[in-house]
Amino acid sequence: MGQRPIYVMAEQDLPGLLIMGIGGTHGVQESLAALLKKHFSVITMKELLENKKEVGKKIQCIFVSEFRPTIDQELLESLPNLKVIGNSGVGVDHLNLKMISNFGVRVTNTPHAVADSTADMGMALMLASARRLVEGSQIAVSPDTNYFAADWLGVEVTRATLGIIGMGRIGYKVAQRARAFEMKILYHNRNRRSQEEEQAVGACYSEMEDLLQQSDFVMLVVNLTPQTEKLIGKKELGLMKPTATLINISRGAVIDQDALVEALQNKTIKAAALDVTYPEPLPRNHPLLKLNNVIITPHIGTATVQATHMMAEEAIANMLSVLNCQPIPSEVFPQ
Amino acid sequence: MKVKPKIMKGEELPGLLVNEIGGMHGILHDHVEFLKKHFCLITMKEFLENKKNMSKKVQAVYLWWHKPVIDKDLLQSLPNLKVIANSGVGMDHLDLKLVASFGVKMANAPCAVSSSTADTGMALLLASARRLVEGYHVAVSPGMEYCEADFLGVEVTGATLGIIGMGSIGYKIALRAKAFEMKILYHNRTRRKEQEEQAVGALYCEKIDDLLCQADFVMVVVSLTPQTHKLIGKREMELMKPTATLINISRGAVVDQEALVIALRSGVIRAAALDVTYPEPLPRDHPLLKLKNVIITPHLGIKTDKATRMITEEAVENILAALAGLPMPSEVHPS
Repeated sequence: MGQRPIYVMAEQDLPGLLIMGIGGTHGVQESLAALLKKHFSVITMKELLENKKEVGKKIQCIFVSEFRPTIDQELLESLPNLKVIGNSGVGVDHLNLKMISNFGVRVTNTPHAVADSTADMGMALMLASARRLVEGSQIAVSPDTNYFAADWLGVEVTRATLGIIGMGRIGYKVAQRARAFEMKILYHNRNRRSQEEEQAVGACYSEMEDLLQQSDFVMLVVNLTPQTEKLIGKKELGLMKPTATLINISRGAVIDQDALVEALQNKTIKAAALDVTYPEPLPRNHPLLKLNNVIITPHIGTATVQATHMMAEEAIANMLSVLNCQPIPSEVFPQ
Repeated sequence: MKVKPKIMKGEELPGLLVNEIGGMHGILHDHVEFLKKHFCLITMKEFLENKKNMSKKVQAVYLWWHKPVIDKDLLQSLPNLKVIANSGVGMDHLDLKLVASFGVKMANAPCAVSSSTADTGMALLLASARRLVEGYHVAVSPGMEYCEADFLGVEVTGATLGIIGMGSIGYKIALRAKAFEMKILYHNRTRRKEQEEQAVGALYCEKIDDLLCQADFVMVVVSLTPQTHKLIGKREMELMKPTATLINISRGAVVDQEALVIALRSGVIRAAALDVTYPEPLPRDHPLLKLKNVIITPHLGIKTDKATRMITEEAVENILAALAGLPMPSEVHPS
């Protein structure tokens, strides 16, 4: 009898954290929810909607994971004590940063936790596309297969040229991995990297046009901003080699999807591998789903047990730093 | 007045026997012109139709995907045969002692093979870890609208890779894996030099058991011999972690397939990725084709434009050296 009130009080002391839900299709993983509960009094959207007035006051933080919950004006107005939105993931293009800032709420992301997994995914897609892994796996299990044709070939990755567009944390890790495949690495970035950094991975800074014309594989690793929207359109696709492959691990909207469909159909480029599209998922009748020289994956760039945990931990550390008035490791500001 | 006898250009060149040109297991059309510069190409069909005239012309055989089959009958019918060149590095389909007893030399193509096969190994490792093929089906399937938040793979960066067979292919895998910050363990008949180990940060496991119980990914890269037949069986799989992945890029018969089916069904290991099976292809009702946690690819190994080209070039180099009585770049002797 004596212990229970203490437990309840301890929970009430913890700051209120809003999450979409626990488990299921859109909820936070059970193990992550347990992690969050160590530091916060976790409140689900369902609980908030059942009693907006009372519950709304308790919420000081929101944990946004896989873009949920959606942060709109209505939600922000119902949370008078909200101090910070901790996003799980590095991209914050789904958040209206200006609007959120007007409410005096801070936004943080998780740049460190995502880098390795996303770089790994970029490499996975490049190799899978080059070696026709998905097509091959279908042939291997198809009921119609009775032999493996000798003239069914992919393209070589070792010693090919990789053009990295966006050489931030993730892009640089891609370069580190690609170097081990003896790839020639070109990169384009808003800012040039230091000479040491370039030499460490054997990367050459290039103008966009040169990169597009010379690369066998073009990998997009930029964040989505008004400047990078439709960065790769008809012109850029036309500059690429007809034997080249486009890989996108950034955001769907960085590519003009209609131009991409046309380029793939006309064999302007050889193939594409996309972990991201616009929207996600694509409508079921979208032409990209029918092309056999496209690999699409359902935005699984950071979908590993370890990465999702690291992202939650990074988000927790960021949110707690805001509540404790300490320096914030990864705050994001409106442009 | 001297009349120059008309010598048909084709007759000057040594006869090279191949299985067929194009088709299921034939020499690639793209390579024919190059081969015809050095040899008079004779297909098995042409040979069998006209054994009497053709048999003396054949000085070399170029095996493409293990064909034509080299047996006693064929060897006896080729009195002037000097060399058999194999496309690829595995020689398990050849009776080396039998061939040698006819005074015929043999060569494989190790240089061209190692990078492409190492790339295939990494492609399979990444695809399996990140559930790429499953993810593709989710992304394009008409029924699936959402990707579940609990669709998770396992991390590659920082994981432990156990390489069984550290020849030239195994070593190239280690070089690639190092760039993913993987911890590398290896097991081999002979230990590598200290410098070689240090260059890739690889730890030698004298006992295969030590490798099996520590590795998150077990990659099998051995040649098929009586000693490596069913090297990975029930006992070995039970030593592996239940979260581990088995990747086979050597020969199907190195893995006990029945034991593998049981291990995958009962969760003894997490998943498998097989570029090779026994037989190839598997019968269409084989249980491996139905398991969700298996990726099977149609012996991608060296199937790229560049690698296949290099293999033919390597074979030609070996054949020309043998015919000229010079040392061969990659001669293979019976053990």
